[in-house]
Amino acid sequence: MSFGTLQLVLRPPQGRFGWWGVSALSLATIVFLWWAALGSQINASNLWNGIPYMWDFLVRMMPPNPDFLDRLWKPALESLQVAVWGTLLGVVIALPICFFAARNLSPSPVVYHATRQVLNCMRGINEIILALIFVAAIGLGPFAGVLALAIHGAGMLGKFFAEAMEDIDEGPLEAFRSAGVGPFQTFFFGVLPQVLPTWLGTVFYRLETNVRQSTVLGMVGAGGIGFELVSSMKLFKYQDTATCILMILAMVLAADLISSRVRAMIR
Amino acid sequence: MIKIEGLKKSYVGRPVLQGIDLTVKAGEFLVVLGPSGAGKSTLLRCINGLVQPDAGRTVIDGTVFDAKRSVRGERPVAMIFQHHNLVKRLSVLKNVLVGRMAGLSSFLSMLQLFPRRDVDIAMECLTRVELAHKANARGDQLSGGEQQRVGIARALAQQPAVILCDEPVASLDPKTSRVVLGYLKAICKEEGIAVICNLHQVDYAVEFGERIVGLSGGKVIFDDTPDQLTSEIVHQIYPGLEDPGISRVLKPRPVAQPVLASPFIATATA
Repeated sequence: MSFGTLQLVLRPPQGRFGWWGVSALSLATIVFLWWAALGSQINASNLWNGIPYMWDFLVRMMPPNPDFLDRLWKPALESLQVAVWGTLLGVVIALPICFFAARNLSPSPVVYHATRQVLNCMRGINEIILALIFVAAIGLGPFAGVLALAIHGAGMLGKFFAEAMEDIDEGPLEAFRSAGVGPFQTFFFGVLPQVLPTWLGTVFYRLETNVRQSTVLGMVGAGGIGFELVSSMKLFKYQDTATCILMILAMVLAADLISSRVRAMIR
Repeated sequence: MIKIEGLKKSYVGRPVLQGIDLTVKAGEFLVVLGPSGAGKSTLLRCINGLVQPDAGRTVIDGTVFDAKRSVRGERPVAMIFQHHNLVKRLSVLKNVLVGRMAGLSSFLSMLQLFPRRDVDIAMECLTRVELAHKANARGDQLSGGEQQRVGIARALAQQPAVILCDEPVASLDPKTSRVVLGYLKAICKEEGIAVICNLHQVDYAVEFGERIVGLSGGKVIFDDTPDQLTSEIVHQIYPGLEDPGISRVLKPRPVAQPVLASPFIATATA
């Protein structure tokens, strides 16, 4: 096909159905996206009509209430404390599991696949849902949040720890085997030095994520700054809400910055 | 004295070793020659139990060697690898201590505590390859040749009866290769340790080997001193080899030895 001095250069589709296949696939994609838009009630006029209300909301948030900071310090620090121990417990849970989830170190393929599925389940449930479960089980408070972050985080950490171990150079392990070195020493001197930078990077990335997550756990009563956010909105104190949001933003940005600095240092 | 008796190994029906018998004396430098895929690596790995042989055994000074059950700390078979297999982020000294680790407590070594005697042995081995001054360097701060010398020190730290070398100089330049093989030969002679060394360079085999074993099709087809190695045998070991340079490193056979060419003939043919 050509347009004046221009020529369309396209590699013909290599599939069995040629251009017909490509057309059918494009049509199916469009239908699927349309279906998803209908289901989620995407509506441009609603967005347009909502703009004045959004503006009104923003105006009522201004200026943020600086006095509210006095009440916000404690729950903000509590969020940080929840994030730190959620991460630490996550590491403690992930460490013994991850060996079985690494293909090259797992004792058998059955154990490997089973462990992978366990980790998937832990990771598959959202932190908020886990927090709801733990609030119901052990009562309101930050410890429920710690457990929620620990379980979800362990699922992610275990998977990443295992994948780091799958990528190691196995030559040294052969040298350890030929020198008759036992499994514990092989791990400490052959595996750990190779995976430590990756593992630490993963832990700090998780800490960063947990700081972000811990700021919303309060919405379901699992401690931290999220509770203040929700209650200020319910009491229509939007200037307090604004202070809350700014505080959360500052925490998340700081966690992000520190975590990426530390991870760059380890590399 | 190391006796290898009737080693057989096949991978999914493909025979790799078809009954290998070898005897190596203490302090003997034995070179195994053979093309890639001839089973050189498998032979070494069957000797030390990294690979479970289908049949055969290794007898060291009258005792059958069992890779799984050894007297505490006694590891009479050590190994050196083509890619040195050091732990890159570990110090040189700790890499050498790996050779002692089989006999040490897991708990204490986890705390980075090692018996002074074993540290001394490791340092002596490092001195032996002239790298004592690099003891606290990290494995990956060393050059390729130095890393392989640490590999030698690690093997030596086991205080073995035999050191198996799997293509120890295959990824080194010619100058470094000679240095590394030189250290190996010296250790073999001075410590009275038997060395079984896989090589694919015929010239190094002739220069460093006291005895050469040619491997082809999973069988020993040559087992003698280097001066008995003829270009016919080299061609049997490496079928289809077209390298006129090979014959230069071999001693000419007495029969084929040309009569000393006189200047007269030389000018006549010129």
